[in-house]
Amino acid sequence: MTVLQSFRTVMRRDQVFEFLIPDVPPDLDLTHGVILYLEGISVSFDGFKAIDDLNLYIDDGELRCIIGPNGAGKTTMMDIITGKTMADSGSAWFGQQINLLKMDEPEIAAAGIGRKFQKPTVFEHHSVIENLELAMAGDKRVWKTLNARLNGEQRDRIEEVLTIIDLREHYRNQAGSLSHGQKQWLEIGMLLMQNPKLLLVDEPAAGMTHQEMDRTAELLTSLAGNHSVIVIEHDMDFVRSIAKKVTVLHQGSVLAEGSMDEVQNNQQVIEVYLGE
Amino acid sequence: MILLKLLKSDRGGRFTLALLALTTLVVPICNLLLPESNPLHISTYTMTLLGKYLCYALLALAVDLVWGYLGILSLGHGAFFALGGYAMGMYLMRQIGDRGMYGHPVLPDFMVFLNWESLPWFWHGFNWFWFAMLMVVLVPGLLAMAFGWLAFRSRVTGVYLSIITQALTYALLLAFFRNEMGFGGNNGLTDFKDILGFSLQSDTTRAGLFIASAIALGFGYLSCLYITRSRLGKICTAIRDQEDRTRFIGYRVEHFKLWIFTFSAMLAGVAGALYVPQVGIINPGEFAPLASIEIVIWVAVGGRATLYGAVVGALMVNYAKSYLTAAMPEAWLFALGALFVLVTLLLPRGVTGLLRKKEINV
Repeated sequence: MTVLQSFRTVMRRDQVFEFLIPDVPPDLDLTHGVILYLEGISVSFDGFKAIDDLNLYIDDGELRCIIGPNGAGKTTMMDIITGKTMADSGSAWFGQQINLLKMDEPEIAAAGIGRKFQKPTVFEHHSVIENLELAMAGDKRVWKTLNARLNGEQRDRIEEVLTIIDLREHYRNQAGSLSHGQKQWLEIGMLLMQNPKLLLVDEPAAGMTHQEMDRTAELLTSLAGNHSVIVIEHDMDFVRSIAKKVTVLHQGSVLAEGSMDEVQNNQQVIEVYLGE
Repeated sequence: MILLKLLKSDRGGRFTLALLALTTLVVPICNLLLPESNPLHISTYTMTLLGKYLCYALLALAVDLVWGYLGILSLGHGAFFALGGYAMGMYLMRQIGDRGMYGHPVLPDFMVFLNWESLPWFWHGFNWFWFAMLMVVLVPGLLAMAFGWLAFRSRVTGVYLSIITQALTYALLLAFFRNEMGFGGNNGLTDFKDILGFSLQSDTTRAGLFIASAIALGFGYLSCLYITRSRLGKICTAIRDQEDRTRFIGYRVEHFKLWIFTFSAMLAGVAGALYVPQVGIINPGEFAPLASIEIVIWVAVGGRATLYGAVVGALMVNYAKSYLTAAMPEAWLFALGALFVLVTLLLPRGVTGLLRKKEINV
């Protein structure tokens, strides 16, 4: 009897087999206004605690700057959020529903987290427009890309981003031929093409001229609101020009949090970082 | 239509394919229709040799697809080539029937020699041409898929991957050397009589095989061109240049590598299958790591990451090989080594790199 029953459940005609149901991650749920929860995260590499009981909350639409001396765990934190590094303990949630620790890099990217690397990382052998095309949000499975063509809407989007990052007249150039600052901008443009809800931006101002820096600051502040942005930066003037709220990391955990002025007057922060 | 458009932007490819089409027409005509006394007559030996080169060119194309465009330096592509060759060889063996030395109606000679009673299970089905052709693509494809799934999933890259591919082909070499494997041991499979009922000794069959090789190369070229010019191809070069970046913008790098690697292995299998009836033998020597390294040298000489470069490189190096191994047999390996060193140092973009001076790369 049980055999017959289980056979009937397997052969039910009103539903497909369980393994055929695609594993759709839950939508981003922002009912509490917080886009990223990192709680009690710890990671160690060969006994060295790179991240030690880190707690960090990012609000929806917020622009947050993260500063800290070298080795404070800033980049490792980004690695955990984007799935490159596994956390030893703790939890990381994107919105209320999405558990980041259970996902790998492409899944996290598809869920809506984009990342800019410390060193500008663009596809040097592709043209600017191809770089943007590849980064574009859409179906990124192998067979879909074989016959993929740009449609009008997508072209418009690329043009729009080209204007934002000011590379319009360079759109056919190889990305490898761009200047350092332009590469940084292109990478930010690639982030935008992904339509992420949360942008992780690692040292966007490195190697930029003052003019370029000003425009980067302008761009990042304009992105906040619609997107949440986390910026890691060493350049204090740059941080001051964009940040409303600053988090100071030290030895893998949060040392202080607050406005730039509060942070700068914090005695502990002065000791470990700013005072030196 | 799309292919025509693609070819318009690929000058070297247009030239190569035009030349290929011309050879496909001219060589069989000069061989079959012109009498031997005619100065334009092309001997069957030369035609078969050219056919062999075309198979090598297809193989080079397969390696270029994974190395030049995807950055996977495979030092074991000879394995897929040989597997395709063995599948074809098994079909040709079964076609011999009772004309073998021992005259057994079913068993190939080497099995009679080993006192085997019946055909091993994996030899069944190879008396049908369609089945053998299916195996020609399926066996290398499945091996590549299993291998790639394991290797790419655990993110083995760079020189480590190259070493594993090398180990793969070496393991197969050792396995196929064993008589118990049932593939003829170190003698391999040979003494073929006919294919699809046509005698392999006749000039017309040889011409047919030559044309088939040329067509296979042409189709291989066009399919590789289509892949490399599609968005898929752009993603492949992106993976080659910045693997992490590609992952963080949301592509499943291991899936891309797996599919391209598998497709490339299938191409290599087809090349092997066309190669075997033309040279008349397949033995474990084809699995030798050196053979696989040679393929990489063809591609490097011709010009990595250009499809026509791979074709040109395979033809040039193999012509040089045929010439040198006849003129100065002991010098060949030195020449090959020197060629590789010189090309790497002086012509990093290969011979075809000389032709395209400032052409936008890929």
